[in-house]
Amino acid sequence: MNYDWNWSIFLAPTIDGASRYVWWILSGLAFTVFISLCAWAIALVIGIGLGVTRTLPPRLGRALATAYVELFRNVPLLVQLFFWYYIAPVVFLPVSLQTALNRANPVATQTLTMIVCLGLFTAARVCEQVRAGIQAQPRGRFNAGYALGLTRIHVYRFVILPLAFRVIVPPLTSEFLNVFKNSAVALTIGLLELTARSRQMGEFTAHVFEAFIAATLLYFLIAQITSHAMHALEARLRIPGHGLGGSA
Amino acid sequence: MNYAFDWSAIVPALPFLARGMVFSLALLAVCLAGGMALGLGLALMRLSNRRWIAGIGAVYVSVFRSIPLVLAIFWFYLLVPMLIGAVRGEATPIGPMYSAFVAFVAFEAAYFCEVIRAGMQSIPHGQSHAAQALGLTRAQTLRHVILPQAMRVVTPLILSKAIIIFQDTSLVYVISVSDFLGAATQIGQRDSRLIELYLFAGAVYFVMCFIASRLVEHRYARNALT
Repeated sequence: MNYDWNWSIFLAPTIDGASRYVWWILSGLAFTVFISLCAWAIALVIGIGLGVTRTLPPRLGRALATAYVELFRNVPLLVQLFFWYYIAPVVFLPVSLQTALNRANPVATQTLTMIVCLGLFTAARVCEQVRAGIQAQPRGRFNAGYALGLTRIHVYRFVILPLAFRVIVPPLTSEFLNVFKNSAVALTIGLLELTARSRQMGEFTAHVFEAFIAATLLYFLIAQITSHAMHALEARLRIPGHGLGGSA
Repeated sequence: MNYAFDWSAIVPALPFLARGMVFSLALLAVCLAGGMALGLGLALMRLSNRRWIAGIGAVYVSVFRSIPLVLAIFWFYLLVPMLIGAVRGEATPIGPMYSAFVAFVAFEAAYFCEVIRAGMQSIPHGQSHAAQALGLTRAQTLRHVILPQAMRVVTPLILSKAIIIFQDTSLVYVISVSDFLGAATQIGQRDSRLIELYLFAGAVYFVMCFIASRLVEHRYARNALT
């Protein structure tokens, strides 16, 4: 293969002369990280709420949470993104708001749409992990709490959830990593995150290998940092006497 | 609601959409078969006593598990025609479909490697010792003792992963392959009925994945392994 390697291409000015390719890649990285962290925050809040709801007695709450999970888990992320970006505004928003949306900064609209979409998508998966973590707690722990006179809220707040969260740190870590990977789907609505930026650089410079290798290394770095951070968190949260499984 | 739905574009498009669905399912099937074969190979590499072999397997898995599937699809969209061209000594035009097949196999193999490895490690060591005591070779032990049990342990995981892979096949959209979603997009753009076609596609994915996940859950409810 006679490919003309040129790593200094990253320092070359971009085709529009306004920047350098290295900044393109780094701004893509910034979008990827920003979208992923915001989506993860949404996913945690909604996912924990739904996961707890699925373990509570009220039938209606359980049914609604289950319906949410089934809906968001069984439709591809790409279809969900097209729904929020192309369909939902046209079908649900009044015409005046649609015009305002069309006039708004497209990057802001795309970013917001992707954050909401990825957050709601991931929430369904977080919900299932939270539910599994709660259901893995032995019945006796709930009963012991009630016997001490704690209300249900207190049992969840002080006994069950602190133990359940420790159990589900490893599966949540892999969901968190999935958020970073899934954020690349944003390029289909035109958002210039890391994968899109590397592709764009490849198209403009014809140095597509350098661009893709840079993106691959950055994703690898994100994954390594995230999993080390989560391992450190897991170790810090470990309660002496409680094994990994959290069963006493 | 301030949008006038018109579903009439869907019925005449059904044969075309069905062809798209056939491609999606074919991609899933190739990905499962090829991914599990390659994944098994990687798992054996990672369990090898030779450190450099185990190292190569580990690097492969951690790289493919950290990048987005979309990036992997782009990588192979670039590499596959180039490699085929290099082998045949001339530029060979090849459809993006073939790149998609290779990308899915290579990408998901990393996941299957980890699952199969976990399954093999869940089989007690005593079993391989017993097999060796009976005079079985390492290959025979693997083939007749370890793998049959390991695969049984990981079947539910692989089936639920298959449902996710089926959903992920829609990502070949980024290299303009006519899978089910791609077909829906083409019809929607031709008839200016994108909204209806996307909603229809979403509903079809939902029904298929919902039924499949219910079947998997029902079948394996007793020995759930998350």
